[in-house]
Amino acid sequence: MKTLALALRNLLRNRRRSLTTLSAMLVGAVTILLFGGYSRNVTYGLQTGFVTRSGHLQIQRKDYFLYGTGNPAAYGIADYERVIAVVKRDPVLAPMLRVVTPTISLGGIAGNFAAGVSRTVIGSGVVVEDRNRMRRWNDYGMRFNYSPSPLTGTPENAVVLGVGVARVLELCEPLGVPDCRPPARAKAAGERVPQDVAALAALEARPEKSAGEARIELLAANVHGAPNVASLVAVKAEQQGFKELDDMMVGMHLAQAQRLLYGNERPQATAVVLQLAHTSQIPAAKARLAELLATTLKEEPLEVQDFATLNPFYGQAVGMFAAIFGFMAVLIGAIVLFTVGNTMSMAVVERTAEIGTLRAMGLRRSGIRGLFMLEGLLLGLFGAAAGVAVALGVAALVNRSGLTWLPPGQVDPVPLTVHVWGEPGLIFGTAAGLALVAVVSAWWPARRAARLRIVDALRHV
Amino acid sequence: MSDVVSLKRVSKTYHLDLVSVPALTGIDLEVRADCFTVISGPSGSGKTTLLNLIGCIDQPDAGEVRVADRDVHRLSDDALSDFRARHIGFIFQNFNLLPVLTVAENVEYPLLLARVAAAERRRRVAELLEAVGIGDKARALPGQLSGGQRQRVAVARALAPAPRLVLADEPTANLDSHTGEQIIALMRRMQEQHHASFVFSSHDPKVLAAADDAVMIRDGRIERIERRAA
Repeated sequence: MKTLALALRNLLRNRRRSLTTLSAMLVGAVTILLFGGYSRNVTYGLQTGFVTRSGHLQIQRKDYFLYGTGNPAAYGIADYERVIAVVKRDPVLAPMLRVVTPTISLGGIAGNFAAGVSRTVIGSGVVVEDRNRMRRWNDYGMRFNYSPSPLTGTPENAVVLGVGVARVLELCEPLGVPDCRPPARAKAAGERVPQDVAALAALEARPEKSAGEARIELLAANVHGAPNVASLVAVKAEQQGFKELDDMMVGMHLAQAQRLLYGNERPQATAVVLQLAHTSQIPAAKARLAELLATTLKEEPLEVQDFATLNPFYGQAVGMFAAIFGFMAVLIGAIVLFTVGNTMSMAVVERTAEIGTLRAMGLRRSGIRGLFMLEGLLLGLFGAAAGVAVALGVAALVNRSGLTWLPPGQVDPVPLTVHVWGEPGLIFGTAAGLALVAVVSAWWPARRAARLRIVDALRHV
Repeated sequence: MSDVVSLKRVSKTYHLDLVSVPALTGIDLEVRADCFTVISGPSGSGKTTLLNLIGCIDQPDAGEVRVADRDVHRLSDDALSDFRARHIGFIFQNFNLLPVLTVAENVEYPLLLARVAAAERRRRVAELLEAVGIGDKARALPGQLSGGQRQRVAVARALAPAPRLVLADEPTANLDSHTGEQIIALMRRMQEQHHASFVFSSHDPKVLAAADDAVMIRDGRIERIERRAA
């Protein structure tokens, strides 16, 4: 017995009060789990977005992350093909890798000189097939539809524009950009391509512009600081999820970006992107890469950045949700603390004579304390178990409801899902936390019960 | 016949806010082993206080208390608890059975505290319930029993750990006279069978009449002691 049996039966003694306490704990557990599941879903959604775009890790030339965006040509990885080969061959890294691909970031000015408009842009050169494989990464089973890069199967001079870039460059019609009012401005004086720019662009092999074609000129500084212009065909305007990116982004084939930056010289890459099978492999992969960079790849000063460093918004969003979750958990913990504490205090008062009897029969103070704390623990465990069961049910209902929402950084609405099932850390953490709070809240009444004088307790009516 | 309880110059005073109430003053008492001893006196005379001190559930302000060959006033709270579990049984006026435990479990509980093995516990519980005449009520809850039946369970529970001393505070006060007589007869029989020393506080003449020794107490002092059996 029987302490456990005694504690259990004592809980059943005042069923209504025990049920009320359990209800408070159940609501608390469900709230924590559902919000926890929702924030997990947001976190996984964000992570999936970033990892499909920029991989888990990037090998960059040292200091590129801090200074390279101002002068990407000066911070290229000269022998990036060897870096890729070494990484792919490495027996430690190989089992973790899904994609290893070079990329180039560059700054420039995109112009639709026929319309007399231009704007500064950030260009990104990618290997389209590799990017398509990266887009398929879905380690958390998020419900989204895979769509290949719009550059798939396009010629080398094809580009994808951010929707904002397309608007500014007045390419809404050929690219089918919605909500695109004609600009209310006077035409600039230079309606035609300036002669110097036209001369530069003419150096690029280009087909004649066909009807309905969205052609732009992209001006960038090459590795020697000289201007270089490419005449490109925009095949699609694509939402980037953030207005800042929409207004700046020009995606292109890697070879095109390399020609812009390096001309006929040996092409480089500004980063080698690594996408792993699982995010949890980042520490191991980083550690191994650090070894390789210090030994096999020590000729060039390289460093490794993870996706959270490359995308500070991810850490900010995760931190914000963690703070809200923590705040909510503390509030619910306080409610449970007082609810269970009140229940146990009433139990001590009602059972004072019984406490005296048990003590008279030889049960130690610690035995009385243990009995009431065990009752608190059982309340906590039952409340948490019921809460977990209900939360799983509600989460399943929400996940099947077909509701959608637009998470930060996403382009298309995604199904509203609550990630509770398959989150043992969240489930057991919540259950253990509630049980612990229940035990802590039972501690004070239990202590008071244990310290009762036997003769006073026996006299209690 | 040796003494199971010995009190020397024992005093106890209750402090109530601004007043102090002396409950016992300079008590010297020996309780003989294997006897049926009744402490009797008017209300407020100190019967229950004396019983509490003998039962090691209260401590004297002064004096020495020796129970079952131990100087119990020197023991720690835990040691006292263990001592009570092994050597003292209690029968209360209000029965004080644990309402969530069955009759058998109530009788078994002190055996658990005395760390008696499971098989032996089962044997003792069955034997005691038969002995007090409620063997058929083993699975009943206390709330399903009459007052007399509850007190029988309380007697069985008090005797379960085979204590040297059983204390009963007004055991017949909440029973009708017929049931009270049955309980007194039962306790007398159990005392003789188990060779335990029973000490009562009571002013029930029937209890007094059944006693081997009667201790008369008034105003916290022993007025006289009647030794009726050799």
